[in-house]
Formats: sequence, C-alpha cells, structure tokens
Amino acid sequence: MFTSTAIASILPEILILLVGMLLLIVEPFWKEEQRRNAGWLTAGGLLLAMIISLLFGQPGEPVTTLGGMVRFDWLGFFFKLLFMFAGAATALLLMDNEKVGDRGEAYLLLLASLIGMNLMAASSDLIMLYLAIETTSIPLYVLSGFMLADEKSTEAGFKYLLFGALTSAVMLYGFSLLFGFAGTTNLYQLVDLFNTGALSPFVAFGVLALILVGLGFKASVVPLHFWAPDVYEGAPTPVAGFLSTASKAAGFAVLVRLFFVLFPEPQLDLAHDWAMTLAVISAITMTVGNLLALPQTNIKRLIAFSSVSHAGYALIGVVALTRLGAASVVFYLAAYIATNLLAFGIVMAFSRVTGLEDLKDYAGMSRRSPWLGLMMLSAFLSLAGMPPFAGFVAKVFVFAAGIQAGYIWLVIVAILNSIIGVYYYLNALKYVYLYRMPDQDEENHPVPMTRPYAIALVVLTIGVILIGTIFAPWFSWSDAAALNLF
Amino acid sequence: MNFIDAHLLSLILFIPSIAGLILLFLPSGEHRLIRWFAFGASLIPFVLSLIVWFRFDASQPGFQFEEVYVWYEAIGSSLHLGVDGLSLTMVLLTTLLTPLAILASFTIHDRVKAYMILFLFLETGMLGVFLALDLLIFFVFWEVGLVPMYFLINQWGSANRNYASLKFLIYTMGGSLGLLLAVQLLGVRFGTFDLLDLYTQWNALDPAEPWLGMSVGTVKTIAFWAFVIAFAIKVPVWPFHTWLPDAHTEAPTAGSMLLAGVLLKLGAYGFLRLILPLYPNEAQIFAGALALLATSAIVFGALASYAQTDFKRLVAYSSVNHMGFVVLGIAAAALAAGTPDATIALNGAILQMFNHGLSAAGMFFLVGVIYDRTHTRDLEKYGGLFPLVPVYGGILIFTSMASLGLPGLNGFISEFLVVRGSWPILTIYTAISMLGLLFTGAYILKGIKKVLHGPLNEHWAVQRGEHRLAEINTREILVMVPLMALIVWIGIWPAWILDVINKAVVMLF
Amino acid sequence: MKFPVLSVITFTPIVAAVLILLIPVHRRNETRAVALAAAVFALILSCWVYFGYDQATGGYQFIERYNWLPALGISLYFGVDGISAPLVLLTGVVMFTGVLISWGDDHPHVMAGIQDRPREFFAFLFILAWGVFGVFVSLDLFMLFFFYEIAVFPMYLLIVIWGWAVTREYAAMKLTLYLFVGSVIALVGVLAMYWVQYQNTGLLSFDMLAMESAGFSKTFQDIWFLPVFLGFAVLAGIWPFHNWSPDGHVAAPTAVSMFHAGVLMKLGAFAALRVGIMLLPQGAQTWQWLIMFIAAVAVVYGAYIAFVQVDFKYMVGFSSVSHMGLVILGFSTLNRQGLLGAGLQMFSHGVMTALFFAVVGMIYDRAHTRQIPELGGMSKIMPFATVGFIIGGLVSMGMPLFSGFVAEFPIFMGVWNEQWLVAIIASISIVITAAYILRNIRQVFFGDLPEKYEGHLTDVTVLDKVAIATLCLFMIVIGLFPNFMVPMVEEGVKNVLRLLQGGA
Repeated sequence: MFTSTAIASILPEILILLVGMLLLIVEPFWKEEQRRNAGWLTAGGLLLAMIISLLFGQPGEPVTTLGGMVRFDWLGFFFKLLFMFAGAATALLLMDNEKVGDRGEAYLLLLASLIGMNLMAASSDLIMLYLAIETTSIPLYVLSGFMLADEKSTEAGFKYLLFGALTSAVMLYGFSLLFGFAGTTNLYQLVDLFNTGALSPFVAFGVLALILVGLGFKASVVPLHFWAPDVYEGAPTPVAGFLSTASKAAGFAVLVRLFFVLFPEPQLDLAHDWAMTLAVISAITMTVGNLLALPQTNIKRLIAFSSVSHAGYALIGVVALTRLGAASVVFYLAAYIATNLLAFGIVMAFSRVTGLEDLKDYAGMSRRSPWLGLMMLSAFLSLAGMPPFAGFVAKVFVFAAGIQAGYIWLVIVAILNSIIGVYYYLNALKYVYLYRMPDQDEENHPVPMTRPYAIALVVLTIGVILIGTIFAPWFSWSDAAALNLF
Repeated sequence: MNFIDAHLLSLILFIPSIAGLILLFLPSGEHRLIRWFAFGASLIPFVLSLIVWFRFDASQPGFQFEEVYVWYEAIGSSLHLGVDGLSLTMVLLTTLLTPLAILASFTIHDRVKAYMILFLFLETGMLGVFLALDLLIFFVFWEVGLVPMYFLINQWGSANRNYASLKFLIYTMGGSLGLLLAVQLLGVRFGTFDLLDLYTQWNALDPAEPWLGMSVGTVKTIAFWAFVIAFAIKVPVWPFHTWLPDAHTEAPTAGSMLLAGVLLKLGAYGFLRLILPLYPNEAQIFAGALALLATSAIVFGALASYAQTDFKRLVAYSSVNHMGFVVLGIAAAALAAGTPDATIALNGAILQMFNHGLSAAGMFFLVGVIYDRTHTRDLEKYGGLFPLVPVYGGILIFTSMASLGLPGLNGFISEFLVVRGSWPILTIYTAISMLGLLFTGAYILKGIKKVLHGPLNEHWAVQRGEHRLAEINTREILVMVPLMALIVWIGIWPAWILDVINKAVVMLF
Repeated sequence: MKFPVLSVITFTPIVAAVLILLIPVHRRNETRAVALAAAVFALILSCWVYFGYDQATGGYQFIERYNWLPALGISLYFGVDGISAPLVLLTGVVMFTGVLISWGDDHPHVMAGIQDRPREFFAFLFILAWGVFGVFVSLDLFMLFFFYEIAVFPMYLLIVIWGWAVTREYAAMKLTLYLFVGSVIALVGVLAMYWVQYQNTGLLSFDMLAMESAGFSKTFQDIWFLPVFLGFAVLAGIWPFHNWSPDGHVAAPTAVSMFHAGVLMKLGAFAALRVGIMLLPQGAQTWQWLIMFIAAVAVVYGAYIAFVQVDFKYMVGFSSVSHMGLVILGFSTLNRQGLLGAGLQMFSHGVMTALFFAVVGMIYDRAHTRQIPELGGMSKIMPFATVGFIIGGLVSMGMPLFSGFVAEFPIFMGVWNEQWLVAIIASISIVITAAYILRNIRQVFFGDLPEKYEGHLTDVTVLDKVAIATLCLFMIVIGLFPNFMVPMVEEGVKNVLRLLQGGA
C-alpha cells in the first residue's frame, strides 16, 4: 500500500508533521522570550517542506493513492504549495503578535490546520474529504479564540465554531445521501450517478446543495458569509488573514475538484443548472460583499467584506466549467492569497505599532512610513484589479473564462462590482496618501517594522508584483492543475 | 546669382520672415539697430520685386517665375508660386509700402522688437497671398496675415484697440470660414489645390451632375457665395464694412497704412484671382447684386465719411468709398466678360487697387503725423493749421487731391477707366456711383478745410515764441516722397503700369 | 541583434521609477536629477524611434516579440507603425517637459513645480509614462490592455496627492471610475474578440496583427464595435462621456494635466482606433454615423463650453474635449484624409495642450488664482510664456502654418467626403475657438496687471522656458513643413484603409 507514489502523494503532509514534531520537541527548551522563534522554525520548516516537495514530490500523471483516498495530481499539489506558502507567511506574521506569537501552540495549530487543508485539496474520497475539512477547521476554531482575555476573540472563536459545526453537519448529511445513492464514497466513481440520469435531477440538485453549504461556508460565499467579518475582526489578525486566504482557497480547492469531476460535460442539463446556480451565487456574493464593504470604517472589516466579494469573482471560473475556467480559478486564488495576506500583514504591522485599526487612523501613513505605504498601495491596487499587480491578470483570466463560456452577463456584473471595488480601495488609499495626521507631524510618528514583518511583507509584495507581471509560470502551473481535472 | 535667379519669388516671400527670426536674437534694448535692420530687411524684397518687374515679360501669357515646392503632398497641396501682371502689381505695391510703413513706425518706442517682427511677418503673409498659385497656400497666407495685424492693433493701437482688433479678427475669420469650407470642397473633389488645374477642372464640371445631394450648379453657387462673402468682408464691400473704420482708426499709423494700402487689396485680389476665373457663370449671374453692393459702398462710404468728426475715421470710410470702385469694375467685368468695355473696367479696377494703396497709405500716414503732434484726431480741434505747418499742409492737399481724383494725378486715371468701362455695361449703377464721386469731393474738401483752413485754433498758436506744432520732419517726408512721386507719375504717364495690367487682363479673361 | 529600442523605451520609466523610490526621501535634488536623466533618455530613444522609422518600408517596424504566456497566446509584442511612432515621440516630449515643469525647488521663494514629496511624484509619473509607452508600442491586445490600465491608476494618486485641494478628491475618483468603466467595458469586447477568433481560426492569440484576419462576422462586429470603441474613447474625452475630463484636468497638478491631456487622451483615441476600427472595420462602417454625430457634437459643444468658462484651466480642459472631438471626427470619416488628419491632430493637440497646461500652471503657481477676470498683464511678468501661449493658441485656432491647421484641414476634408453637413457644423467650432482663445490671451496676458500682483511675481524659470520652447518647436515645424510628419502618418493610415476595405 505504501508505494513510493503513495508517499510522494502525501510528502508535504509528512514534512509538515515533521516540522510540527520538531516544534513540539524544541519548544519546551526555549525560554519565555525565545518562544517567538517558533515562528522562524515554522516558516523555515514550511519553506523547506515546499522545496523538498517540489524536488521530490512532484506529481506525474494523476493517480489515486492510499486506497482511493488521495488524488495525486497537480491540482492538489499546486494548492498545497499555496497553502504552505500562506502558512509560512502567517507564521512570520504571528511572531510579533502579542499574546499569540510567543506561544508554541499557535504554530502547532497552524501546522495542524495546514495538514488538513493539504488533504482537502488532494482528497478524492468523501470520507477523506470530511476528515480533512474537520482537521482544518478545529485548529482554526481554537486559533480564532486564542486570545482568551479578549472578548472579541472569544466571540470570534465561538461563532466560528458554531457555524462551522453546523455547516459541516449539513455537508456530512449530503455526503451520506450521496453514499446512499451511489454506494461509493469515491469522488471519481460518483460521476456516473450524475451523468447517467440514475438520480432524479431534483434529488441530485438537493444533495449537491447540502454539500455546497459546507464548502460555501469555507469559501464564505453569500449567504454563508456572515460569520466572516465578525470572525476576522475578532480573531488575531494573522489568523484572520489565514482564514481569509488559505482556508478560503481550501474551500475552493474542493469546490473546483467536486464540480469539475462531477460535471465533465458542461452541456448536460444538471451541469448547466448548477453552473447557473453558481453564477447567481457568484453574482450575489460579489455584489453583497462589495456593497457591504463600501460603508466600512474599520480596515479589517473592509478587507473582510472585500474578501467575500473576491470569492464571487473566483466563482466565475468555476461557473465556466472549462479548462481555462479551472486554471483561472487556481490562478485567481494564488494571486488572491498573496494579495490578501499582504493586506492583512500591513494592517498587523500598522496596528502593532499604533494599536489602531480604523481607516481614519491611516491618515498620513505614507509619510510615516513610505515603504509601508507603497506596500499598501500594491496590495489594494492588486485587490482592485489594477496592473501591474497580481489582481489584474487574475481578473482578466477569470473574465476571459466567463466570456468564453458565454456568461457575459456575469462578467458585466463582475465589472460593475470591480468599479465599486475600485472606489473603496482607492478611498482607503486616499487616507494613506492624501490625509494627514491631526497635527501634521508624521515624521515624529514612524511605523517601525520588526524583521519578521519586513521579510513577510517584502516577500509578499514581490510576489504580488511577480504574479502580476511575469504571469506565465504561475499560469502554466494553474493550467497544469486544471488539466488534471479533465 | 543663379540661386537668386531661380528663387526670386520665394526669396521675396520669405526674406521678411527670415529677417524677423534674426531680429528675435537681437538685443531688445537696441532700438536703433532693430529699426534700421527691419527697414533694411524690408528693402530687399522691394529690390527683388523691382528686378522681377523689369524682367517680367508682359507679352507672354500665363504665369512667370513659377516655383513649385513640396508642402503638403498628402492632400495635394504644394507651395506653388508665380506672378502675372495682376499679382506683380500687387507685389510691387506691398514691397513698396512695407519699408515705408516701417520707416513711418520709427516713432514706436514700446516693445520695438516685437513690433518689427510682427511687421515683417505681416509682409510675408500679404505677399504669400499675391504669389500663391495654390488654393490652399492662398488660404494659408490669407489667414496667417491676420495674426500679426491682430497683435499690431491689439498691442500698439489706441484706446479702443481691444474691441477693434477682436472685431477685425472675428469678422475676417468668420468670413473666411466659408472660404475654408469651399476650399476644402474643391480639394476633396479634385484631390489637388493647384489653381491652374482647378481653373480647368472646376469649370469643366457638368452643372447638372448630382453632387452632395444637389446639382453641381447649386453647389457651385453656394461655393461662389462663400468665396464672395470672404472677399467682400476683406475689401470691404458695404454692408460688410463695419469692422474697417474701427480697425483702421485704432491701429497704429503704420498698421493703418498697410491695412488700407495692402490688406484691403487682398479681398479685391481674391475676386480677380479666384472668383472671376473659377466662377465666370455665377459671377455673371450675380454681377448685378455685386454692382449694387459696390454702388452702395461708394455712396454710403462717401456719405459716412462726410459725417465723421474723427480725421482717421474720415480717411477710413474713404477706403470703403474707393474700394467700391474696384468692386464696381469687377462687377462690370463679370457681367460682360470678354468685351472691350469689360477689359477697360477691369484695368481700371486693378489700377485703382494700386492707386488706392498709394493714396490711402499716404493719407493714413499724414493723419498719423498730425496725431503724433496734436494727440487728437478730432477735426473740431484742428483748424487753420496751414500757416503753422505749410509743408505738411502742402503734402496733405496733394495726397487728398489724388484721393479725390483730380486729373493729372493717379486717382483720376483709374476711376475714369472704371467708370468708362462700366458705363455701357451697368449704366444706372455707374451713374449713381458718379454721384458718389461728388460726395467724395465733398468729404475730402471738408477734411482739408477742417484741418488746414478756417480760423486758427488758438490752442495751436505760437505762444511766447514757442511753436506748439512742429513741422513735418525729414523722415516723414521721406516716407511721403516715393508715394507722391508715383502718384504723379501714374497720373501723367500711366502706360508703364497699365501695359502690364492690361496684358494680364486680356490674357486672363 | 538589433538594439531592442521599443522595450528599452517602454521599461525605462518603470526602471527609473524604482530607482527614484530607492533614493532616500531627503535627497530631493538627486531625485529630480534621476527623473530628468530618465526623461532625457526616453526622449532620445523616442526620437530614435521616430526618425529611425523607415517610411519607405512602412508597416510595423522595430518589431520585438517575446513569448509571455504562450498557453493563452499572450506575448510581449512590440512594434510601431506610422500612427504610433509620432505618439511615442509625443510621449517622450511630454515626459521630458513634464519633468522640467515639475522640477520645483526647495527654496520657498520659488513658486513653481512640485515641492511635496517629489520622490513619490516622479515615481508615479513614470509609472504612468510606462503604461503610456506600453500602449503605443504594443501589438498584443492583452499587453495593450495591461499597459492601458497601468496608465489609469497613477492618475488617481497623482491628482489626489498633488492636485488642487478644492476638487481633487472628487475629480480624481470621478476620473478613475470613468476610465475604469470605459476600459473594462472595452475589455469585455476584447475578450469576446479573442474567443471568436479562436472559434473561427483555432488560433488562441492576442496578436493584433493576426486578429486582423480573424474573420469576425458582420453581426459580431456590429454588436461589439460600440462597446469597444466607446469604452476606449471615454479616455479620449468623447462627448457625452467627457465629464470626467475637465474636472480631472483642473484638479491635477501641472505636469499631470500635461500628461493627461497631452498623452493620455491620445491613449484612448489610439486604442479606439487600433482595436475598435482596425479590428472591427465593418462594425465601424455600420456605426459611422453615430460616431460622427457624437464627435461633431463634442467638437462644437466642447468649444462652446470652453467659451463660457471663467476658470482658465477649465477653459483649456474643455478645449481639449473639443479638439479630441476632432480626432474622433477624423476617425469617423474612415477615409484617408480624415484618418490622416486625426493622426496628426493627436500629435498636434498633444503638444499644444501640454503647453497650455504648462503655462496655466505657471500662472497659477504665481497668481494663485485661475479666474480669468482676476488675471491680467501677465505678458509683463512672463513674456516668454506669453509668446508660448500665443503660439499654442494659434495652433488651437487652426491657424495655418501651425500644426493645428495641418491636422484639422484634412479632417474637414475627410468629413466633406462623407457628410458635408457635418463639416459645416463642425467648422463653427473654429470661430468659437478663435473667440475664446483671443479673449483669454487678451485678458490674461495683456491688459493691466492687477495691483496685488505688482512687484512680487517672478518670471518663469529657465527650465520652464526650455519646456515651452521644446513644445513650440514641434508645433511650428509641423506647421511649416507638414512633411515632417505627414508621410509617416499616411503610412499608418494606409494600413487602416486596407483593413477598412476588407483586405487582410
């Protein structure tokens, strides 16, 4: 059973586990003030794990390993790399976070949830999928409520737990129905169920809707988005960043695999109905997210709602149900992860020094720290979809996929939404660049950055620009991932 | 010398502008240097045009000294220059008057450099119109000449200069808008702007052929009026003349000299060079209307002139009156093209253009001379000045007489020719115009009387041995001498110039 | 291997922008020096492109092609033809003069240029220039779009940070949103073209030259021409989508107004031509009447609105609407003269309006007002700038022997060929333009200097004079010798005509 392919297929998870174990061993020996070094260890370990996986764990032809539990393909692999990258960045960002950064458990929980995410991206069996989702979620519940003394954090953790549990129960119900109808839990064998007409369309639709509830929660699509702003606001900021990027992408990873595998022929009625349903969800998601982001004055809530809308954009690629569609979703998520982490990272770096999170507190920020201002510029313009940043190319690809599949109305809705987005992102930048501090003495209020922040933010900024300009390699990986679905 | 021989016309055309550019780099404080440089530079084209005049072979048909340079190939326009008797006369007039005007403006002290540069550019603009054998180039210089004139009036004019200069420019530009559109029409139709080609091709069109949703005949009629209005404003023909008194009155002396002496001729030249050859039929049809306008200009111009109390306005309105004869001659020629009478009328019209250039420039200069001394142009404030400034008085009377049409001076010759030529063709209009001549005499004599005769205005009297009014000085006399010489010469022996004009007229029409 | 001049020219600004950002904040003069050096370098290269373009050969030249994303057929594909080469030169000129105008000084008594954070200013300005160069030289539709968007967002920052405090927030947001809307609408059309090409030919490529023969059906072209053309034309300030433009011009700092009116509006027109007309020629023929109507309205209406302005900069802003209307009018003729004139007008208006805004900025820096009635007698203080403005004014009026005439005349000829009535109506704008230009020259530059300015206003700086002289030079040279530019543009127009006649 444990062939070399099998091991390679879960190599990243094994490596993460090793990092975690190392952390467990080393951490108790460290003194209190050294404990934040766990962040270096985690980030370094994850980086190493990425390198080793790239060297030795690259997938070839897609195969199913471990008794049909795990699919070893580029789709999963690319997502795994993305998650690990996000994890490493989050670990760095965690380090200087008060009351979180100096506790080894936080990093351990992060690693645990990473393992879950990796498996989500790769699982090809309903049972494995469920396990992976829970493995992802439970550490995140804890992390969200990590700051016990903080009421908001506790509330965030609890809220997240409740909704998470509820939605995964609904999803589990959907899984069980599927198993009941098909007699198998293997994703790839479920295809026949939906494509031979064995199942009445009504039932098929209902079952998938139940599953979608769980995935939609992860991806925070409307109407399952309401938890996001509260949790993002309450949770420690690095965790919020992680939730809004890696966790969301994990939801998408499953969504993409599920839909593309179940509906190999988009012409079928059921596939078409589902695409239409997702299209409507996508339109609603981005519209609601953007409209709610408009009036926000707290920058974390603003990013939270905007990240809801980004789920909507990404869905366009799923709706398309084409190879380009899949590739564009993957690419979109890669761009989005880098960008949104950067945005959260800046918020963290800023509030660590100032303790403030309101938009108006950002007045004069570019004078206080020109470089932080430029990074914020990159992040927000990327979110707004402006070149030469990642968001632009990602949006164009998604739109291209949408138009190719004939969903011109959806693309137009997305465009209208982008315009709203441009408005509030630029509005935020106005605070950074135009407005001044009340007494105009920005020179006396610098925003110093610690080394982990600096490294993480610079790497992310470069990433955002690289994805936005030299997009060929990223796209070919996304495309390779997409190819595995067909 | 070969170079000069081969490029005579373009040298005449561009030397003033090149001189203007050189002026740009002279120190602006050196007023003497700038004045003499400008004067010298403006003499070169005069000398060159004299060379052209003497080398010009009047007996040869067509245009001479032709030069063609690439300018705007893409739309079929080239810098095509050439002269015939008609344009050569005008070129000579221009190159003669410009140095005199520059000499006359030695009294300018404010921003001399800019003034002189504009003057030299103005000369190029005016010459360009006379020399152009390409419709677009014609238009280009037609428009370009406006700009320096606008600034000359606007910057160096008298009190009401803003109003006057804007009115001048808007009138003329508004008028040339139609011209612009018509020029484009021709260019679009034929793909070339070369006048010689257009003469033949345009007239070869079948009037019944449909074009732009109308017949060619209709389009031609509309284009004809577009041309007529543009030129009529410039001439100016009554009732398009209202810009003229303002502009002339407010312009600096030298500006008025050129305005009256040359710029008005541009309009008349347009009639001769473009309208008669391009629209012979339309011109014939509408000649009556044109004659009516001309007669109105003659009569009303004279009446209006008589009514003025401002010396300069009086002279300005006299231009309307005199240019009316030019148009009358043109109208007669249009109506009866090809007849001997028409030729006579046309000869008269062209000679009248030249003559009016001499006398009007002289008159404006003399008004300027007296204004420089008295700082008023109000006729009521002069009076009995003859004893104080006898030389000036003599010159003024002499020039006025030329303007009046006294036999023996040039004005008589040209007006006689026009009237003689028009009489058989447009008897009634000519008769009325003759009445107009009566008024001409009236207003000129009124002007002389108010300035020179009558009781002496005590204000100017010699007080405590001090002359309040200085006599005309040598430089000013120098300006007048060439003008007066030509006035007499043409008056006594017009053949030298009429010969050239007549041959051109016979060949052209 | 040939020197890759187009990619060097495109990437010079962005490299310079990064370099400038790396200079410490307080080394202000070094910042400016680097900016100027980069601008000069770009100007030299753009002259090279312009003069190195071989008119005898025609077509696209200086071609460079690097695969960028082969999977989707995206490549860095650079090349210039007779229409874009002058625009590259224009960009070089405006970039150079824009830097000179914004030089500023750290001594408070000098009232000019950019004093606040020059480092960021020049960096953003150069990012803008990067986008502009990119659009003009791109032969790949995706990259064209990429650069097009790059040119949009720095505008927001430049206006909002360094703009006129009264309206900058409103104007900058309005401008950005208008342009963004226009461009994304065009993007939908572009993507549609991309896929239809794929359906028709099996070719997955954004290569515009290949797309010329993609065989778009008449129906397809009819549907998509308007979104694409108008989407891009929003940036050209076409009526009725011109609303953002005067506000943006007024709020922007001087150099940005110069860039904006001088180059960016050409970007819109250029893209509308290159993508709208050249790739969807039949659609252009179908909608010709509409475009012509819109443009004619823009020409006359823009001139009239400019006429009634009392704010100097608004006047110039609306005059740009009118003049860009002429460009679109030239496009709408779809014939040789009209397109030729439009190509020339793009250049001519670019230098002219850059000069206008430069002078307006110089006046505002000194007088701190732009209300025309409050100004006067500026010729006594800044004679050089006065002459410059007058020359610009003459160009604007379409006075012969200046570039404006050379450009406008063929446009009107082109319109004659298509619809004579429009030519007559549009020509009204010439008189209106003359009226407001002359009125402003008289009021602002001549007349009496208001007492409050006496004594404490200074003449423009040497750098300003260099900028003015550079801009004037082009206007006069083209006016006197149309062949400086005409044959080149004609070469580009030939290609457009070939496509319009259905030739592949």
